[in-house]
Amino acid sequence: MNYNWNWKIFFEVSADGRHTWLTTLFMGLGWTLITALCAGIIAFLLGSALGVMRTTPSKWAVRLGNAYVEFFRNIPLLVQLFLWFFVLPELLPKGMGNSIKQMTPPWASFVPAVLGLGLFTAARVSEQVRAGIQALSRGQGQAGTALGLTLPQRYRYVLLPMAYRIIMPPLTSETMNLIKNTSVALTIGLVELTAAARSMQEFTFQVFEAFTAATAIYIVVNLIVVNLMRWLEKSIAVPGFIGPSVAGGGH
Amino acid sequence: MGAFDFGVIERSLGYLFKEGMTFTLTLTGLAAAGGIIFGTLLAMMRLSSHKWLSLPATAYVNLMRSIPLLLVIFWFYFLVPYIGAWIVGATRPIQVGAFASSVITFMMFEAAYYSEIMRAGIQSIPRGQVWAGYAIGLDYWQTMAKVVLPQAFRNMIPILLTQTIILFQDTSLVYVLSITDFLGAASKIAQRDGRLVEMYLFAALVYFLISFALSYVVKLLQQKIAIIR
Repeated sequence: MNYNWNWKIFFEVSADGRHTWLTTLFMGLGWTLITALCAGIIAFLLGSALGVMRTTPSKWAVRLGNAYVEFFRNIPLLVQLFLWFFVLPELLPKGMGNSIKQMTPPWASFVPAVLGLGLFTAARVSEQVRAGIQALSRGQGQAGTALGLTLPQRYRYVLLPMAYRIIMPPLTSETMNLIKNTSVALTIGLVELTAAARSMQEFTFQVFEAFTAATAIYIVVNLIVVNLMRWLEKSIAVPGFIGPSVAGGGH
Repeated sequence: MGAFDFGVIERSLGYLFKEGMTFTLTLTGLAAAGGIIFGTLLAMMRLSSHKWLSLPATAYVNLMRSIPLLLVIFWFYFLVPYIGAWIVGATRPIQVGAFASSVITFMMFEAAYYSEIMRAGIQSIPRGQVWAGYAIGLDYWQTMAKVVLPQAFRNMIPILLTQTIILFQDTSLVYVLSITDFLGAASKIAQRDGRLVEMYLFAALVYFLISFALSYVVKLLQQKIAIIR
């Protein structure tokens, strides 16, 4: 193999003329993490609400929740981001659409990326929340009723605190999925970690150094997130309960 | 809101489905078949008592699962020509078509996910059956092929299919290599005719209908299998 390795490339000035390539990659990581964090908040809140809806006695709430999940699970994430980025501004009233199109570069792709990833991940979180609530024995909810708690109180004080603890392992892998999925936003122009590595490859032709660095950074982030979540899981564990883990697939 | 022209879809149906969807479905089929075979081998390696078999398999699966698919696509796009050159002993990176490159990428990437499913499937078979296999004189490969794997596959069919639906959706990511898969075809027409809204809405609808129908089939299958047990 005649490939010219050049690991010093990371300390050379990047295409923007100001930072080194190493800094460029870490700025990419910054965008990856901030996008994942913002989308994660949306996904957690909306996903929890949808997951709860799908376990309530109300038939319509269940149907609405199911429809949401089917819609967001059966369209590829890339297509969903295209819908937010290209299609939404055209469908909105003209003034609103134009103001969206006039957003300055990082925000023009950041906002649709956060929205798209957040709503996409919410569908997956809602599956986990629903599974977590359904994994609890029926008696828990009934005991809540017997104590005179209202339906919202039953969720707030009885069902959800245990359900969240049960679904910590699948939520951990969802968090990882979300961080990895932010890379799809490079197709709508967000310069996150994968895009930064790709631009480094395009400008320097040092393909394997760029991708090796990005891979290493993803692995380190992965390890940190997994350990943080494991620590969180341990510190909130209720003694005497070992939550059955709910299978989480996909990526 | 501008005037929409949904006629553009009708005019490009031939291109979208004959070129685009054919590519998407071929890629999905080949990657699923290769991924399941390779994934099963990986699962058997991971469950092996030999460290030098289980450790590399575990490392491979964990590596693939911790980096984004897009990065894997870029990796293989540039790596495969070098590996090819190394295999045939050429001094320059060989030319690998976009199709071959994406099939290899998805096979290798999905193998990691399929292997996790197959590992669960193999572990769902009681150990006693393996011992029974050995007791009647079967060797490791015979026990696997005739006793364990047929049942493991059968138990895991719904999950394998669900993973394949995810794979079908993920193949849209070859868009970044400017390949004419279904989304690539839609996007090329969209940009040529300035009809982004119509084409992307149509692409979303087609992906939705196919994935929704397939997951409905999986649900039916799951119920059928549940009754047999």
